[in-house]
Amino acid sequence: MNFESELSKGKFMIPECDVCKKIVWPPTEFCDNCFGPVSLKNGEFEGKIIEFSKQNNDYFCVIEFESIIKIMAKMSEIPEVGQMVKISKCGISNEGYFFYVN
Amino acid sequence: MSKVGIAAYGTTPFTIDEQKIESVLLKSTKNLFENNSKINKKDIDAVLVSTNNNSKYLSPILSEMAGIQPKIAHSIESLCNSGTNSIVSAYSYIASGLAEMILISGAERHDSPGQILQWDNSRGEFKHPIFWASIFTKSYKREFSISDERLAVVSVKNHKQAKENPNAYSNNTYTVQDVMNSKKLTDDLKLLDCSRPCTGSASIILATEELTKNITDNPVWITGIGQKTTSASFTKNKSFTSMESTKIAAQSALKMSNHTTNDIDVAEIHDAFSVCEPMALESLGFSDYGGGLDLVDELYETNNFKINPRGGLIGSGHPLGATGISQTIEITQQLQSNANNRQVDDANIGLIHNMSAAATSSTVLVLEK
Ligand SMILES: [Zn+2]
Repeated sequence: MNFESELSKGKFMIPECDVCKKIVWPPTEFCDNCFGPVSLKNGEFEGKIIEFSKQNNDYFCVIEFESIIKIMAKMSEIPEVGQMVKISKCGISNEGYFFYVN
Repeated sequence: MSKVGIAAYGTTPFTIDEQKIESVLLKSTKNLFENNSKINKKDIDAVLVSTNNNSKYLSPILSEMAGIQPKIAHSIESLCNSGTNSIVSAYSYIASGLAEMILISGAERHDSPGQILQWDNSRGEFKHPIFWASIFTKSYKREFSISDERLAVVSVKNHKQAKENPNAYSNNTYTVQDVMNSKKLTDDLKLLDCSRPCTGSASIILATEELTKNITDNPVWITGIGQKTTSASFTKNKSFTSMESTKIAAQSALKMSNHTTNDIDVAEIHDAFSVCEPMALESLGFSDYGGGLDLVDELYETNNFKINPRGGLIGSGHPLGATGISQTIEITQQLQSNANNRQVDDANIGLIHNMSAAATSSTVLVLEK
C-alpha cells in the first residue's frame, strides 16, 4: 500500500513517518526528516482554504491539512478563506493527481 | 581568488519562430564572436549550455559547431533560473582554477517542456504556471488591498521599456485599459500580465581578470552571488505574498559584494507575471513590504528605466534557459554605458534576480564596473 495506489482508488491518506511521526509531504518512500519508513494514516481529514482563484466556472483553492500538507483542489461553490472543507473526490489522471473539495 | 569578469556577449532576437535548439544556440554564439574579434577559441576551456530542452549532449554539439574543443562541456537545467545557475557554475570553475575562459550559451524554444513541473503533484490539476501566479496575485491583492488596474502598471511599464530593446519579443506599448481588456486567463490573471515563452538564445563569456582585460577595455565584474532553494513544491511556499528564497539569495549576494540594495543603480528582476515585480522589489529590499507598486508607479511616471530596462520577462519574452543570461547581458551593457535608449544614468552597480517555479529557488547576482 502506498499513497499513489490508494489515491488512484480515490482514497486520500496522510503519509506519516513510522519512526519520528512527522507527516511526509509531498508523499515519498522515506521520511524527509529521518529517512524512516512511511505509513499511511486513514481518516476523514478536514482542510482549511488558504487562498483561491477561479478559471471559467471552477474555483481552484490551496487547501491546508494538518498544518503541513498543502494541495490545490477544485471546488464548485464559492470558497472563503479560512473555510473548512473535505476532499469529496480524488485520484490520478494522466499520471497527475486531482482533488475536489466541498 | 581571481576576479571573474564578463568579457563578451551575444544574443538572438526573442521570437516565437520554429527553430531547432541547436540552431538557436549557435546563432547567439556566432553573434558573440562577431561582437568580439579578440577572442581566441583556443582559450575557451569550458562550454556550458543552459536549457530545459529535452535534446541531449548540447554542449559538445555547440562546441563542435563553433569549432571549440573545451576541457569541460555539459548542460545545466534548473527551470527558469537555468541561465544564472550556469553563470554561477562558470564563476566557480574560474574561481577554483579549473578553467580560465568559459562560453555560456542559454537557449529555449517557445514550446519548452520547462514550463510545467510535472513532478509537483501537490498542485493537483493546476500545474501550469498561470495557477500559482493567480494564487500569488490574489493573495497580494488581498494583503495590500490592491486593484487589478494598479498591478497592470507593471505590464505597461515593462512593455514600454521593451520597445527600446531591439531583441525583445514585444514591440508594442499598452495602456492599463489594454492590459485589463486582454484575454482573461483566470479571475486574477490577464494575458498581458504574463511573460511569453519564446524561442531565443543569449551567450556570454566569463574569464579570469587577466583574460577579461585582454578581450575588453570595458570589463564588468561579478562581485556578488547568492542562491537559495527552499523547496520544489509551489504549495510549500510559506507565504504567497513574498519570496523567501529571493530574500535569502539577495542577502548573500549583497553581503559578498559589500553593498546594500540602496547602492544598486539598475536591476533586471524576474517579472514572470505582473505580481512578481512588486513582490521581488520588496524581497530584494528596493521597497518596504507592500510598497513595491509605489516604486513601480514612480519609475513609470518619471520614465526611469532602473528596474527591468530591457523590458523584463513580460516585455522581452521568456526563453527559459536564455533569460538569466539575457538579464546579465542587459546589466553588463548598462554598466558599460552601452544600452542606447534604455541607458540608466550613472550605472555603476547592477543586480540580477532570476527565479524558478513560484520562487521556490532564486539566484541573485551583483555586477560592478
Ligand atoms: Zn522520520
